[in-house]
Amino acid sequence: MSQVNDFVIKIATVNGTGSASANSLLMKALFRMGIPVTGKNLFPSNIQGLPTWYEIRASHAGYRARSGRVDMMVAMNAQTYGKDLAEVSPGGYLIYDSSWPRDRQLARQDVHLLGIPLAAMVNEQYGNARVRILMKNIAYVGALCALMAIDRDVVKALLEETFAAKPKLVDSNLQAIQLGHDYAKEHFDCPLPIRAEPMAATVDHVMIDGNSAAALGCLFAGATVGAWYPITPSTSLMDAFEKYCRQLRRDPDTDAKRYCIVQAEDELAAAGMVLGAGWAGARAFTPTSGPGISLMSEFIGYAYYTEIPAVFFDIQRVGPSTGMPTRTQQCDLMAAAYASHGDTRHPVLLPADPAECFELAVTAFDLAESLQTPVFVLSDLDIGMNDWMIPKLTWDDDYRPDRGKVLDRQALEKIDKFHRYLDVDGDGIPWRSVPGTHPAGAFFTRGSGHNRYGGYTEDADAYQDVVDRLLVKWETARQRMPAGVLTRSTRPTEAGIIAYGSSDGAVTEALDRLAAEGLDLDYLRIRAFPFGDEIDAFLESHQRIFVVDQNRDGQMKSLLTLETDVDRNRLISIRHYNGMPIPSDLIYDQVRRILAREAVA
Amino acid sequence: MTYIAKPRVYHSGLRENPLGLTIRDYEGGLSTLCAGCGHDSITTALVQACWELALKPEQVIKLSGIGCSSKTPAYFLSGSHGFNSVHGRMPAVATGALAANRDLVCIGISGDGDSLSIGFGQFAHAVRRNLNMLYIIENNGVYGLTKGQFSASADPGSKAKYGEINRNQSIDPVAAAITLGGSFAARAFSGDKDQLVPMIKAGLRHPGCAVIDVVSPCVTFNDHEGSTKSYAHTRSNSHQVVHVDFVPPAEPITARQTDGQQVPVRLHDGSTILLRKTDPDYEPTDRLTAMACLERHRRKREIVTGVLFMDTDLAEFHQIAGTSSGALTDLAFEDLNPGNDKLQALQQKLR
Repeated sequence: MSQVNDFVIKIATVNGTGSASANSLLMKALFRMGIPVTGKNLFPSNIQGLPTWYEIRASHAGYRARSGRVDMMVAMNAQTYGKDLAEVSPGGYLIYDSSWPRDRQLARQDVHLLGIPLAAMVNEQYGNARVRILMKNIAYVGALCALMAIDRDVVKALLEETFAAKPKLVDSNLQAIQLGHDYAKEHFDCPLPIRAEPMAATVDHVMIDGNSAAALGCLFAGATVGAWYPITPSTSLMDAFEKYCRQLRRDPDTDAKRYCIVQAEDELAAAGMVLGAGWAGARAFTPTSGPGISLMSEFIGYAYYTEIPAVFFDIQRVGPSTGMPTRTQQCDLMAAAYASHGDTRHPVLLPADPAECFELAVTAFDLAESLQTPVFVLSDLDIGMNDWMIPKLTWDDDYRPDRGKVLDRQALEKIDKFHRYLDVDGDGIPWRSVPGTHPAGAFFTRGSGHNRYGGYTEDADAYQDVVDRLLVKWETARQRMPAGVLTRSTRPTEAGIIAYGSSDGAVTEALDRLAAEGLDLDYLRIRAFPFGDEIDAFLESHQRIFVVDQNRDGQMKSLLTLETDVDRNRLISIRHYNGMPIPSDLIYDQVRRILAREAVA
Repeated sequence: MTYIAKPRVYHSGLRENPLGLTIRDYEGGLSTLCAGCGHDSITTALVQACWELALKPEQVIKLSGIGCSSKTPAYFLSGSHGFNSVHGRMPAVATGALAANRDLVCIGISGDGDSLSIGFGQFAHAVRRNLNMLYIIENNGVYGLTKGQFSASADPGSKAKYGEINRNQSIDPVAAAITLGGSFAARAFSGDKDQLVPMIKAGLRHPGCAVIDVVSPCVTFNDHEGSTKSYAHTRSNSHQVVHVDFVPPAEPITARQTDGQQVPVRLHDGSTILLRKTDPDYEPTDRLTAMACLERHRRKREIVTGVLFMDTDLAEFHQIAGTSSGALTDLAFEDLNPGNDKLQALQQKLR
């Protein structure tokens, strides 16, 4: 069986050995050959010495989820060798370092074992210990070039770009590529049936992670203040924002920064800084993860009640508590939707890939300012830190930010009396003013009970008047949320599937496989909370609805049950929550089993 | 926070400052604190200082946390934006607001519970970032709104209203500010307006985080015998080492400089903060002197007041960050958004 441009390569290494650059080189080479790829990094919460894996999926059909298959394992870590061998799909291949004797106990008849003396070869070639470690990784890339017909000229070009400033490194890297390549060529029947072949499916595409894309969204949306406390897996969002701002957000004359990033003392402070900046009229945001949301909750409720724009990026990781910081889940949906004590509800945006991280980051600032409320962008580790292929990002230069109802100096000069929380337009959104504008705009922001004029109150009716008006605003928000994406099956069906965020790739692939077997489902991908009318319509028009969650408790199913009139008995939860990105075969298997059972009954 | 709208009474005799505003224009709502509360004297001093400096009310922001102290921003500068935040988190909000708009004049009002217990971390970080703000701690050693528990500034051995003795060590915000690398650390007594008004003016003009710990007796829960933060105890045990004067740019100071006890500190805007030493050995620009002095008086159970330490050359928050001059909120969108061409160019590296 030949598998051209349809395979999964998994590389098992030890973290801190420089394998990341070798793996990225491999993935980029496939991408430049025009083959759709995704790269998923499975790494430990550790700096050096623990097992780490990198999984590259090449798919001519463009599928980007994990498939649950491993066709080529590069087993560079003796510590995990047994587990890695067990994971290879029947008929697959495993490369091991044959510099040392292999444990004969660990063998499989249904897997091709390819021994390459990687360590021995590089030790002979290079003197420096650190270089030897690094080059061992580059050497397996060379071997894969021969085994899987990966274009060495593309690899060479990539190395030349990477080390443009250090040409010496290009030569030593190419040498290592050659070592691996020549050994494989000489000892194995190259290329193997699983191999790459140039195609043209990646034109006008880029490889990017969601955190970088979200950072670009913040930059282009005009965010000026970022406050944060480092936490995996959100850290790279602020790192990227800083990097891009350094390049593109400087005063042309003085080189001074036209942005201000504050590394706060904790997440409580980061949230307070975002509120202070939003209150003062800046577009401000914080990237964080689950534990950070817990700490920020008091300020989130404050922002809801005092109506201050703020954008929170929650790059979800496995909970509860510290959980598994380097593994992925969609476990903060409920926490974000209802964050803080008292009656609070917040708009939540649900990007499915880095392209949407970029798009919805901009939307988040527009919504936060126009609705005067905290807005969440709920990404996750899989989207945020893994390498995704997306169509090139584009920007509409005619875009202008929606600042919402802000009274400027001219408006304040004309106004009789400014009342901060008065709903003059009937949409539940009052006008606001920012400090430094005009004394007529002065008001007192307080998290304590306040009336529609902004004054302190303990009066029953005056208090309720404001919180009831916030419900009017919530309805306005509902109408402004990005709509869900509906994908109808080719044949009419009463079965539906609802998913969100990073489950999209797995659902799309599973639905294709199910359709090929005559099982049809309409697919609604939810992109935001509060739910728009299209979600009610979908729930009403389907009898059996699968709801895909990457959390144990089926949080989206719960949210749909709480916030719509759907009969909960029509919802079937599909849940995946072990920390790995959801694979497509899990959805395929579960849907198929249940629909088949019902067909029999 | 309770407040009552205060009728504004103007009469022809009221003096105007260079902006043409009278002191009435710097007042706020009527205080609902207990009659005789030290905090109200601080409010009065703030009104006086802001009027004398002719600050534009709309340019000022006044922020606070939670507690009796944190109610006071409602009682001054009704023409300024106020922000009564959550407990102990005023510094974070101030940091964000000043990050967005560095042209704002920021007055943070906090208390000993707000800054030394729940918000001790935020206090510390505002000081070490040298955020350009006036940070007043209205310090009465007690939790008033929850009826009289000791705060972290209560002195060991001091007695609560119903007889309980505090056994824990106290936190001195002035000593803390100095050791945290603060650029301005001062202490005053709410009952001494002559000391407080110029000190507030100096703090407002100081380019960095000006911490003023104001001993402000709680008449309801901490003004009894055995309290070390009562009016009587503070009056009889306070010892001033440095009196501060603030000299605006227009006013000559040469005559005063001849006095050997004067330490003039010139600010970038041309104004001068004049430290007049009442204790001839005191050196207010030296951390070691300041810490030794604080310790010496602590042992004698004396409350040392004055500007204990000052360093106007220490880089403030935005200087450290390298932010462009002017408020970030004043930048046009065109100056913030790089445009599609740049986005396309940047993505060349992502292939």
